Amino acid sequence: MNLIREKRKLAPGVYEFWIENNHIVKYAQPGQFVVMRLHEKAERIPITIAGKKGDCFRAVVRAVGKSTYELCMVKEGDSIMDIAGPLGRPSEIDFYGNVMLVGGGVGIATLLPIAEALKAQNNRLYVVLGGRSKEYVIMLEEFSKLADQMIVTTDDGSFGIKGVVTDGMQMFFEREKIDIVWAVGPTIMMKFCSMKAKEHGVKIWVSLNPIMVDGTGMCGACRVTVDGKIKFACVDGPEFEGELVDWDELLKRLAQYRDEEERSLKLFMERVGDLSWL
Amino acid sequence: MAVKPFPKKTPMREQEAKERIKNFFEVPFGYSEEEAVLEAGRCLQCPAKPCVSGCPVGIDIPGFIRKIRERNFAEAAKILKLYNNLPAICGRVCPQETQCEEKCVVGRIPGSEPVAIGRLERFAADWEAEHSVQTQIEIAPAKHKKVAVVGSGPAGLTVAADLAKRGYEVHIFETLHKPGGVLVYGIPEFRLPKSIVEREVNYVKSLSVQIFLNMPVGRAIPVKDLLREYDAIFIGVGAGTPKFMGIEGTNLNGVYSANEFLTRVNLMKAYLFPEYDTPVRRGKKVIVVGGGNVAMDAARSALRLGAESVTVVYRRTEQEMPARREEYLHAVEEGIKFYWLTQPIRYVGNEKGEVVGAECISMRLGEPDESGRRRPIPIEDSRFILEADTVIEAIGTEANRFLLSQFDGLKLNKYGYIIADENTCATSMRKVFAGGDIVTGAATVIEAMGAGKRAAEWIDKFLSGEYDPWK
Ligand SMILES: Cc1cc2nc3c(=O)[nH]c(=O)nc-3n(C[C@H](O)[C@H](O)[C@H](O)COP(=O)(O)OP(=O)(O)OC[C@H]3O[C@@H](n4cnc5c(N)ncnc54)[C@H](O)[C@@H]3O)c2cc1C
Ligand SMILES: Cc1cc2nc3c(=O)[nH]c(=O)nc-3n(C[C@H](O)[C@H](O)[C@H](O)COP(=O)(O)OP(=O)(O)OC[C@H]3O[C@@H](n4cnc5c(N)ncnc54)[C@H](O)[C@@H]3O)c2cc1C
Ligand code: SF4
Ligand code: SF4
Ligand code: FES
Ligand SMILES: [Mg+2]
Repeated sequence: MNLIREKRKLAPGVYEFWIENNHIVKYAQPGQFVVMRLHEKAERIPITIAGKKGDCFRAVVRAVGKSTYELCMVKEGDSIMDIAGPLGRPSEIDFYGNVMLVGGGVGIATLLPIAEALKAQNNRLYVVLGGRSKEYVIMLEEFSKLADQMIVTTDDGSFGIKGVVTDGMQMFFEREKIDIVWAVGPTIMMKFCSMKAKEHGVKIWVSLNPIMVDGTGMCGACRVTVDGKIKFACVDGPEFEGELVDWDELLKRLAQYRDEEERSLKLFMERVGDLSWL
Repeated sequence: MAVKPFPKKTPMREQEAKERIKNFFEVPFGYSEEEAVLEAGRCLQCPAKPCVSGCPVGIDIPGFIRKIRERNFAEAAKILKLYNNLPAICGRVCPQETQCEEKCVVGRIPGSEPVAIGRLERFAADWEAEHSVQTQIEIAPAKHKKVAVVGSGPAGLTVAADLAKRGYEVHIFETLHKPGGVLVYGIPEFRLPKSIVEREVNYVKSLSVQIFLNMPVGRAIPVKDLLREYDAIFIGVGAGTPKFMGIEGTNLNGVYSANEFLTRVNLMKAYLFPEYDTPVRRGKKVIVVGGGNVAMDAARSALRLGAESVTVVYRRTEQEMPARREEYLHAVEEGIKFYWLTQPIRYVGNEKGEVVGAECISMRLGEPDESGRRRPIPIEDSRFILEADTVIEAIGTEANRFLLSQFDGLKLNKYGYIIADENTCATSMRKVFAGGDIVTGAATVIEAMGAGKRAAEWIDKFLSGEYDPWK
């Protein structure tokens, strides 16, 4: 269980893992995630299930702090101590007509199973993928097979259009009648995507990533305000209607352990040495 | 009676308050052999055994106490295990004063305290472990029937152990990475060392119970698969979802549910950060809202994390507070302050979204409510601000919907708890039994174990064809 069968670098500091786990493979649906614990002293971190193959599921991880650096250093053939899942409510897959899918950063990986499931329901897919520069726009190939139309945006213009994903969204909105939108990526990106969708009066699903502990509704760490009400993202989400989310609160909550996280990463780097190769 | 027992319980040595607030080690040390024998001598060996009726798992209390008096500690432990699979845990966390000890005749003698049944239970269980005595428990021949237990809290562990002893194949499914439920994530190390929980869980495993961790039933295994693959199912998922008052500022950084705070500290060992990866806010000025055991645990944990002041804010008075007396007194000794008749109405935050205080209102007590306790009523114009960088709400929990919402046909009451027969633990669904906090709402370890014990008995009757609760 939890054996890492394949590992591949997708972008600087971004790795793809294929991890053996029968239960997760058997029951995972698009939009769901797992909670991992690497070893006895590790924290519990949520990671999206970004695909399945044989008896393995895919995780795509970006190294941002102690735990994800450590995870990205785990090798093929190693095992992860604990993986609980699948968790969270699956995406509402249905036939909608014209669906716009917006992905940024590792959120692109989260979006892939959703895109595949929507395609299987005969939706037309309008895909916008964005990244800092060309090398950060992952899974281009997979998406170009699925998409009816696709726009790529990069901050520095090294690939596709120079701009941000909302620019791509605007182009599609002008071209087509979009029936529904999914956006997955950094919180700030999803906030702007929600504003853009609202501008055009189209419903948007976003996949929130608040700080979690158990992932089963037991602690309330992951609470977010949606439509003025407290929701637990791990059991009521992670997908919510973007227009209803209190984004500024979520952004502040994501920063609540900044000092501890910096300290933890610094100590880790002192122990393992230079990590720029990641 | 020939000899009159000493009026007071043999005292138990414990860590000094000013020392223990700096560490997470267990507070009471437990009896030595001499102290245990002395205390056992206070038991009158009443033939009617009134104390036993106060124990939800019906331990032969005079029986094991007599063995302690005879210095046959191994035998005392063996008697305990006949009734109770988790004696070292119960000896520590049972609210004995309202259970077995309340019924003890010695306690009825004016000026006398009851026999310290819990302390003696703890002693015998610890003695057995420290002397590596393996109690031989008889396991019935295999019955070739399988039972699934959802949740590894005290209810689940008990039903599993008792069914295993009766020869059933039992699989426990637990969503967390450690078994024990509240025993591992809620109750702090200084009241219940996690090594003790591990020891007693290992005992349950030694009866051939298999525990599958990281298994959120309802997601990792659909309910219909469980119903197909097992001859009976026991649901013991606890009342794990925290309630929030929902006042302004609830989502400010530094406002916690007691469950989150305690889970970080206990299950994830955040008190050892950065050696352990999980962080927790080490507040200087901490407010804990609530008056129960959970509030006491949160307050005392915050103190041990280095708080300068910890204030418990409770809307009723000391008389109404539900916390165990012993825990309240420990908290007072440790320097925790109490604001009675006070309720927060708003949390105040700064521009970074961090809590900096709680606006509170004073209360007075009105007429008794349905719980029989006098209802607190806000006093107009009594608002004041308490400074705080951390607030922990310990105002109760409710049913976790994530499994129950997948059990089509399972009848729930108006609070969302499972409706199950008090005696047989049978639910509205065939083959499905339930017990513990998910049936009663937040209660106690021993009540959850009592339910597990009854459920094991009736599941056995059901599976052997002796009785069908659904006919
Ligand atoms: C439902 C969900 C799915 C996710 N899927 C993926 C994924 O597929 N790939 C991926 O790379 N990342 C994913 N994340 C984010 C990932 O969990 C965090 O990046 C990771 O926990 C950071 O841990 P760290 O110790 O490396 O970084 P830290 O330095 O500890 O934290 C960096 C930042 O990550 C966030 N974070 C910290 N701890 C947690 C936590 N326990 N839970 C959630 N966020 C936290 C905080 O905003 C923090 O500022 C997901 C998050 C959620 C909630
Ligand atoms: C902080 C705190 C202190 C307490 N102190 C005391 C005390 O001193 N004395 C006392 O007697 N009582 C105390 N209690 C109460 C006592 O702990 C509970 O009444 C008791 O643990 C209930 O047992 P249970 O088996 O019903 O559920 P729990 O102990 O809640 O265990 C339920 C288990 O089920 C798991 N689970 C939930 N959903 C699923 C699912 N879908 N799939 C798989 N697993 C699942 C959970 O992760 C959990 O491990 C305290 C409670 C708390 C929170
Ligand atoms: S299990 Fe609890 S109630 Fe029963 S005898 Fe022991 S301490 Fe008393
Ligand atoms: S009631 Fe008290 S004195 Fe009597 S047998 Fe029970 S413990 Fe002993
Ligand atoms: S992570 Fe604990 S309730 Fe969602
Ligand atoms: Mg971290």
